[in-house]
Amino acid sequence: MENKHLLILDSSPHGRLTDSTKKIMYTVTLSLIPALAVAYWFFGWSVIRTVVLTSIFTVGIEWLIAKVFDDKIDAFDGSALLTGVLLAMNLPSNSPWWMLFIGALVAVVLGKQVFGGLGQNIFNPALVARVFLLISFPVAMTSWPKPGALSDAVTGATPLGMLKTEGIGAIAKMDVMNLAMGNMGGSLGEISALALLLGGIYLFIKKYITWEIPVLFIGTVFVMTGIFWLADPAKFANPAFHLFTGGLILGALYMATDMVTSPLSFKGKLIFGFGCGFFTVIIRLFGSYPEGVSFAILLMNAVVPLLDRYFPDKKFGVVKNG
Amino acid sequence: MKLLDKTKKAFFSENPVTALLLGLCPTLAVTSSAENGIGMGLSTTFVLIGSNVVISLLKNIIPSKVRIPAFIVVIATFVTIVDMGLQATMYDLHKTLGLFIPLIVVNCIILGRAEAFASKNSVMDSFWDGLLMGLSFTFTLFILGAIREVLGSGAILGYKFIADTTPTILLFVLAPGAFITLGFMLVGMNKISKALQGGK
Repeated sequence: MENKHLLILDSSPHGRLTDSTKKIMYTVTLSLIPALAVAYWFFGWSVIRTVVLTSIFTVGIEWLIAKVFDDKIDAFDGSALLTGVLLAMNLPSNSPWWMLFIGALVAVVLGKQVFGGLGQNIFNPALVARVFLLISFPVAMTSWPKPGALSDAVTGATPLGMLKTEGIGAIAKMDVMNLAMGNMGGSLGEISALALLLGGIYLFIKKYITWEIPVLFIGTVFVMTGIFWLADPAKFANPAFHLFTGGLILGALYMATDMVTSPLSFKGKLIFGFGCGFFTVIIRLFGSYPEGVSFAILLMNAVVPLLDRYFPDKKFGVVKNG
Repeated sequence: MKLLDKTKKAFFSENPVTALLLGLCPTLAVTSSAENGIGMGLSTTFVLIGSNVVISLLKNIIPSKVRIPAFIVVIATFVTIVDMGLQATMYDLHKTLGLFIPLIVVNCIILGRAEAFASKNSVMDSFWDGLLMGLSFTFTLFILGAIREVLGSGAILGYKFIADTTPTILLFVLAPGAFITLGFMLVGMNKISKALQGGK
């Protein structure tokens, strides 16, 4: 806000927004509360512990980096907090504290600050950390607490994990409505599709996210899994199952729409959303991992500069020469 | 004094890996442990010394038009010696390094030193150049391998210092770990090189 009084040397028209990075970051964080509330309902106090610890770690590490390297970094601008909360939502609620710490370190240092800080990162920091932890600690990252279980020691697989290891029979009795509410094993923030949608709609009304990426992302997954399901229902799960399990809704609404790591233009966003959905389905159906949302988004993050280049924003008032 | 200067140069400001980014293929692929790093580094050092000396000896009779094929033949000869020697003496290491031993032939560091140094300098200088460059390559691979081994398997030179049940950061023994570690090593080495230059 220091340059408020400087002359703006840019061609008109000028739009003025009251939004600041800080305000957007905190609003997005607040919009996650319904999903966190559902997670608390199913998994209990461990949810609060995981979210609070991870946020303290990410903000703390960012604050330390600001102290040591560059005092221009504002550790409390909300971006570190949002990264922390999103990272926590991508982890099992029973993750040990050192795993949260390593995750926070990777998210802030490798995911963000090595690229030059907020706005410069190529990949979504929370997802970088999640994939780092998934590859590094495969056992801890796939021992999901069972919803409603009183002890953290009771663990089970996610519906997608069961589908991968035990085949279509394991998920035959699962009720889609139950899955949509979030009554299943999984990362603490990904379970309740409906609560996430609620937060997503709020962000859409506030115009912090646009419809292209989530709609194309989720739509592609729905259509592609639908085609496979129609072709061979005995082998592939139905599209509703794919919609409400795993991190699809969380990824499509909160990860893929990250302002820094998604394309700017309309066409770029369409291709970005389609690519995310496409790779998610390919990995879910044919890959060795049960869930592919995080890999798909990271893959598409990598091509965002390319998309921005091929589909630049239309310049205001420019007329094509006939 | 000249030697000290050359050593400093070879290890820091002209380090083949961290300053010139040459030979990245073996650097990234075989450094999952410190032992592998040393093995690969010393094999390369041997080839580097051998090829530097022979090429320096032959520099006046190799026609410049066919010098690259000629260099490659010399280098390949030494690589074959290393390959067979390792197979006979250190079979386990040979198995771990696998294909990367024959691939030393195409290591840019060796061809680079042959072209840039050995073909223009005396035999003695070429020998020292090969030795220093090789040792600095070994040193870099050892550090890289050691960091990855400590973080990825909780061990150093095969000696495990934590309990078997303690989880380690598996990513560091996989390919992404090599890239991440190398990236941070570049930062550190650039800092050291700058400090050394500033101190002069």
